[in-house]
Amino acid sequence: MNDFRLPLGTLVEGFIDYVTATFGFFFDFIRVIFDGAYEFVDLLLVTPPFWVIVLLAAGLGLAVRGWKFMIGTILGLLVIVGVDQWENAMDTLALVLVASLLAIAFSVPLGILAAKSTVASGIIRPVLDFMQTMPAFVYLIPALILFRVGVVPGIVATIIFAMAPGVRLTELGIRGVDQEVVEAGAAFGASPWRILRQIQLPLAMPTIMAGINQVIMLSLSMVVIAGMVGAGGLGAQVVASLNRIDISLGFEAGLAVVILAIFLDRLTAALGTGDTPLGRIMMARKRRAQQALAA
Amino acid sequence: MTETIAVKADRLYKAFGRRPHELVKKLTAGASRDEVSSLGTAAVIDASFEVHRGEIFVVMGLSGSGKSTLIRMLNGLLDATSGTVTVAGQSITGISAAALREVRRKNISMVFQHFALLPHRTVIDNVAYGLEVQGMGREERLAKARTIIRLVGLDGWADSLPSELSGGMQQRVGLGRALAADTDVLLMDEAFSALDPLIRREMQEQLIELQAALGKTIIFITHDLNEAMFLGDRIAVMRDGRIVQIGTPEEILTDPANDYVAQFVQDVDRARVLTAASVMEPVRSVVTITGGPRAALRTMRDLQTSATFVLNRDRSFAGVVRDRDVLGQVKAGETDLRAIVRTDVISVSPDTALVDLVEPSVGSDLSIAVVDEKNRLLGVIPRVTLLAALGNVSTNTGDLPVIEPPATISINVITETLRDTALEGADL
Repeated sequence: MNDFRLPLGTLVEGFIDYVTATFGFFFDFIRVIFDGAYEFVDLLLVTPPFWVIVLLAAGLGLAVRGWKFMIGTILGLLVIVGVDQWENAMDTLALVLVASLLAIAFSVPLGILAAKSTVASGIIRPVLDFMQTMPAFVYLIPALILFRVGVVPGIVATIIFAMAPGVRLTELGIRGVDQEVVEAGAAFGASPWRILRQIQLPLAMPTIMAGINQVIMLSLSMVVIAGMVGAGGLGAQVVASLNRIDISLGFEAGLAVVILAIFLDRLTAALGTGDTPLGRIMMARKRRAQQALAA
Repeated sequence: MTETIAVKADRLYKAFGRRPHELVKKLTAGASRDEVSSLGTAAVIDASFEVHRGEIFVVMGLSGSGKSTLIRMLNGLLDATSGTVTVAGQSITGISAAALREVRRKNISMVFQHFALLPHRTVIDNVAYGLEVQGMGREERLAKARTIIRLVGLDGWADSLPSELSGGMQQRVGLGRALAADTDVLLMDEAFSALDPLIRREMQEQLIELQAALGKTIIFITHDLNEAMFLGDRIAVMRDGRIVQIGTPEEILTDPANDYVAQFVQDVDRARVLTAASVMEPVRSVVTITGGPRAALRTMRDLQTSATFVLNRDRSFAGVVRDRDVLGQVKAGETDLRAIVRTDVISVSPDTALVDLVEPSVGSDLSIAVVDEKNRLLGVIPRVTLLAALGNVSTNTGDLPVIEPPATISINVITETLRDTALEGADL
C-alpha cells in the first residue's frame, strides 16, 4: 500500500532521455541558432563605446516618449556605467532582446490562432497555465540537458516562462475587436487574412503591445535565474554576489536590472498606446501631404 | 425575368443552438417557436420576399424579432439554416467563401448601426475601403472616394479620423463607404438608430435624395415605425422571427394584417405617411362653369352646402362658388358663373402628405381640392375627413355625417329664389 507512488517524474525523465537521444541533432541545431543570434546582438551592443549606446537609447526615448524620458534614460544608463556593470548589462540586454523577440514570434501567432479557433484556445490555455506556474527553475533542468551549459538554456527557459502573457493578451485583444467592424470588413468582401491584417491586428495592437511589454518584463526577471546556468550578464553577478554574500555587488547588479527594466517597460508601454511624439510628427506630415494632394 | 428582382429570399430559416437543422425540421412540420425552444433559438422562420431593383424595402420589427439576423443572411454574414437567398440572379446559399466575397464586392454592401468605421483610417481611406478590397489602385480609388465624400456632404473632412466626427457625420462616412463600393444593393442595419432625432430626420431625407439620384436598391432595417413609413416603398413587419405582413406603408396603416400590426401602427405619425389621395373623398357638389348659377344653386340646395366646386369645360378645376354670390347672381339675372368663381381654394397633388395639409386647411372653411398634374379634380378633402384621418378615428370616413361646409342660407330662401326667377331665366 504505502509503496504505491505515481511514477510521473520517472516518466518525464525517461521522455527527456529519449528526446535527447533521438532528437539530439535537432536541439544542437537550435542551440547553434540561438547562440548565434545572442552572440550577434551582444556584439552589436558591446563593441561600440558605451556613450554610443547611451545616445542611441536616449534618441529612442526622445522619439517615443519625449525629453523627460530621454534625460531619465541618460542618467540611468550612466549609473550603470558608473557602477561598472555596463558590459554585464549589455549581455543581459542582448539576452532579453533575443529571448523576447523569439517569445513574441511564437506567442503572437499562437494568440491569433487561439482567437480564431475555440478548439485551439481550449488546448492552448491549460498549456499556458502549466508553463506560467511551473517554477522557472524546473525548466532549467531539461534545458541544461538538451542545450548544455551556456546562454541557450537560459534563452529557452526565458521563452517558455515569458510567452504566456503574449499569447493571452493577443487572444484577448483580437477577440475584443468590435465585432461590427470585423463584420464590416467581411461585408465588403475582405478575406479573413485581410481582415486580420487591416482590422483585427491594428485594433488589437494596444492590447497586444501590453502583452509584449509583459513578455519583456518577464524575460528580464528570468535572466537572473538564467545566470545560474551560465548565461552570464547581470544574472551571473547576482548569483555570484549571493554565493559570496557580497552586498555591494548584489545591490549594484540588482540596480542595473531595475534600470534596464524601467527603460524597457516605459519604452514598450509608450509604443503600446501608439501616442508617441514621433508618431504625432509623422501623422501631421502625412496629413499635410494628403491635403496638398487634394488641393 | 429576374432582371427586376435584386434580392430574393425563399423560405429562409435561421436557428441558433446545438442542433439547428433538427429545430428547423420541427418548425417546418408545424411546431411553434416556443415548443422548440429547448433545441435552440429560431431567429428567422420561413421568411420569403422579393426586393425589386431600385426599391427601398424596409424590414421593421422590435428588437429580438430577427430582423438583424435576416439582413445578415442576405449577404451571407450568417448562413441560412434552410432556404435560399438570391442576389442579382445568383444564389448565394452554399457557395464557396471566395465566391461569396466576390458577390459582396460587386453586388451588395452594408451600412452598420454603430457605423463600424475603421478607427485607425482617415475618412477618405474608410470611404475607399470597399474599392481597396475590390483591388482598385490607390490614386483611382481616392479620386472616386473624393466625389463620394462630396456627395454625402463631408467636404473638407477627408483627412480627419472618424473619432473627430460627430455621430451623424460618421454615419455619412459609413453611407459613403457603401456607396463608393458601387454595388446595386445596399443593406442598412438600423443605420440611423444611433443618431439624434434631428440628425436622423436629415439623414433619412438625404437617403431618399440619394436613392432617387442613384437608383440603388436599399434594404433597410429599423425598429422605428415612423422611419419605416417615411423611407419604405414597401415594408415587411417582423415579429418573433416571422414576417407577419409585407405591403406599402399605406397598406400596412390602413389594412393591418393582424392585431399585432394594428397595435404597432397605432402610434405612427399618420400625417407623414398618409397622402391626400388615400383620404380624399369623391367630389359631390360640382358643376361645370357653363352650367350657370341656377344649376350651381340647385346643387348646393340638394346637398345643403354653402359652396360648390366648378370645373372648366375640359374638366379641369376652375375654383369654387359660394352660395351668397350665386344667389346674388341668380337674383340679378346674370348667367355667367365665371364672374364669381373664387380661385382662393387650396388645391394639392394626390401625393401630398397629410402633414402638409393641416396648416392650409386651418385658414379656410372650404374643402381642399385634390388635382392631378393636368389640373383635373380627383377628389376633395373636407376638414372633418382630414381630422379623422389624423386622429385615426376610422379609416373609412365615408359615413361621417357632415363633410361639406354647411349652408349659410336657408333652403327656403334658395327654393324661393329659384322659383321666382324660373320664368325669367327659362332654364327650369
